[in-house]
Amino acid sequence: MTEAKIRTEEMLLNMGPQHPSTHGVFRVVVRTDGELILESESHIGYLHRCFEKCAEGNNYLQVVPYTDRMDYLCAMMNNWGYAVAVEKLAGIEVPERAEYIRVMVAELNRVASHLLAFGTYGLDIGAITPFLYAFRDRERILKIFEKLCGQRLNYSYVRVGGVTFDMTEEILADIEAFCDYFDPKIIDEYDNLLSYNGIFISRTANVGVMPADLAISYGVTGPSLRGSGVQRDLRRDAPYGIYDRLEFDVPVGTGEMGQLGDCWDRYMVRMREMRQSIRLVRQALAGIPEGPFCDKKAYRAVKPKAGETYKRVEGARGEVGFYIVSDGTNIPYRVKARAPSFSNISILDKLTSLSDVMVADLVAIIGSLDIVLGEVDR
Amino acid sequence: MSELENRNPDPLTKNVVFLTAVDDIINATRANSVWPLTFGLACCAIEMMATGAAKYDIDRFGSGPFRGTPRQSDLMIVAGTVTHKMAPRVKRLYDQMPEPKYVIAMGGCVIRGGPYVKHGYHVVKGVDLLVPVDVYIPGCPPRPEALLEGLFKVQKLMKREKILDRTRRTTKPEVYQPV
Repeated sequence: MTEAKIRTEEMLLNMGPQHPSTHGVFRVVVRTDGELILESESHIGYLHRCFEKCAEGNNYLQVVPYTDRMDYLCAMMNNWGYAVAVEKLAGIEVPERAEYIRVMVAELNRVASHLLAFGTYGLDIGAITPFLYAFRDRERILKIFEKLCGQRLNYSYVRVGGVTFDMTEEILADIEAFCDYFDPKIIDEYDNLLSYNGIFISRTANVGVMPADLAISYGVTGPSLRGSGVQRDLRRDAPYGIYDRLEFDVPVGTGEMGQLGDCWDRYMVRMREMRQSIRLVRQALAGIPEGPFCDKKAYRAVKPKAGETYKRVEGARGEVGFYIVSDGTNIPYRVKARAPSFSNISILDKLTSLSDVMVADLVAIIGSLDIVLGEVDR
Repeated sequence: MSELENRNPDPLTKNVVFLTAVDDIINATRANSVWPLTFGLACCAIEMMATGAAKYDIDRFGSGPFRGTPRQSDLMIVAGTVTHKMAPRVKRLYDQMPEPKYVIAMGGCVIRGGPYVKHGYHVVKGVDLLVPVDVYIPGCPPRPEALLEGLFKVQKLMKREKILDRTRRTTKPEVYQPV
């Protein structure tokens, strides 16, 4: 048999912005050699919704709904990040009860967000069942939020000076019932269903390995950074609210199934964080005091003195930071948002060039970074 | 008999009763297996996913398979804010869908810019500037029940289709010019 000379050439492949596995409108152009990715180039901006311009045209309380729509999967944390920044700027004291309610809703929202990440990650890789299980339990959280504030997604519940509505006994009972229902589910169902599934492990272990120093230099935060073994969590390292009084662990990646910092580690950090979130909710439930739920003056209007501030909180995807400049009027002069997804997705091009990444692995890497495009583009 | 004849306005085939029955059969099959395009843009896409997932279960109403390609779908649910950068892609996806095709505008942003109507310099103020919209669903985001209701409205429209009437979609909106 003669050896035929096969002509090979590289191919440019476009993925997105309309693609089911990019979690929104994200576009990657990859240069491929067969199935291998040589180079990838990310394109963002398909969902730029002018958050900063909107913030300059509305007063301090009216900006809160726009922060919801940045990261619509964990809106409570974005509200909270904005609220603490304005509270620091205007010197507003938050009532004790509001702080406990904030921890409760934020941690429940974190669970809801990680559940969606878990479900869609399974969907990306080809497992459809986890998605249905995740949404079944997510609906329970949304039902609690709906009772609380009437919205299922963009809550605007955490506001400057406290929260919008008071927590009732009925909702507290609902939250406790949810904790009892959900706690055993993670190990019994989710871990058996997906986490230790052989196919899932072979798709995610040793894929998209992110070294810790590289992740830090790119500004990656949240579960994606903790998946690389870095113990960094703002709730513990720079406590805000009442987190310094609560007990919880910061789960990090261990390299259990492959190398440290691979897709499986990042995925597993989210699963373990859900358990810690439920633990936090239980502690807040036990300690919630009576009292007002919002600062009375800040409920109506906020007018800080001229100045500037930067505050950050730990969102479901990483550090959510707000830099606010005030000129003494009731409208912010400038609001700059530091969105975790934006920094997290910036490492994607580097990850695809570090090791041999297949086209199918690209989907696994994007899913494990758990981006929300509303937050990337703002 | 006369009632059936009146349902077929085409002068050539007016007396052929059989055609109206074909209409009914085709429309019933079409309306009870709507294949929407997976076209999530922003927050509303999460509610669209919830509609397809465990609790609301869109499959019960004859519309389950969210397709990844416009060539296999007959319903486009525009779920989320359409920006100027995304607008040409929306238009192209619509053009790639086979006839007859239907569009649901889901959420305030898609209807008229929503919360971004005043300061959103990068937001298209309504997707009906780009593609013809059949059903509008208000809300920010609309509940899954609202999306199901919108689907029922589209199914009603589908049951009114006539295979001999190809003129329904000839009036296309002007080609979109990005700013």
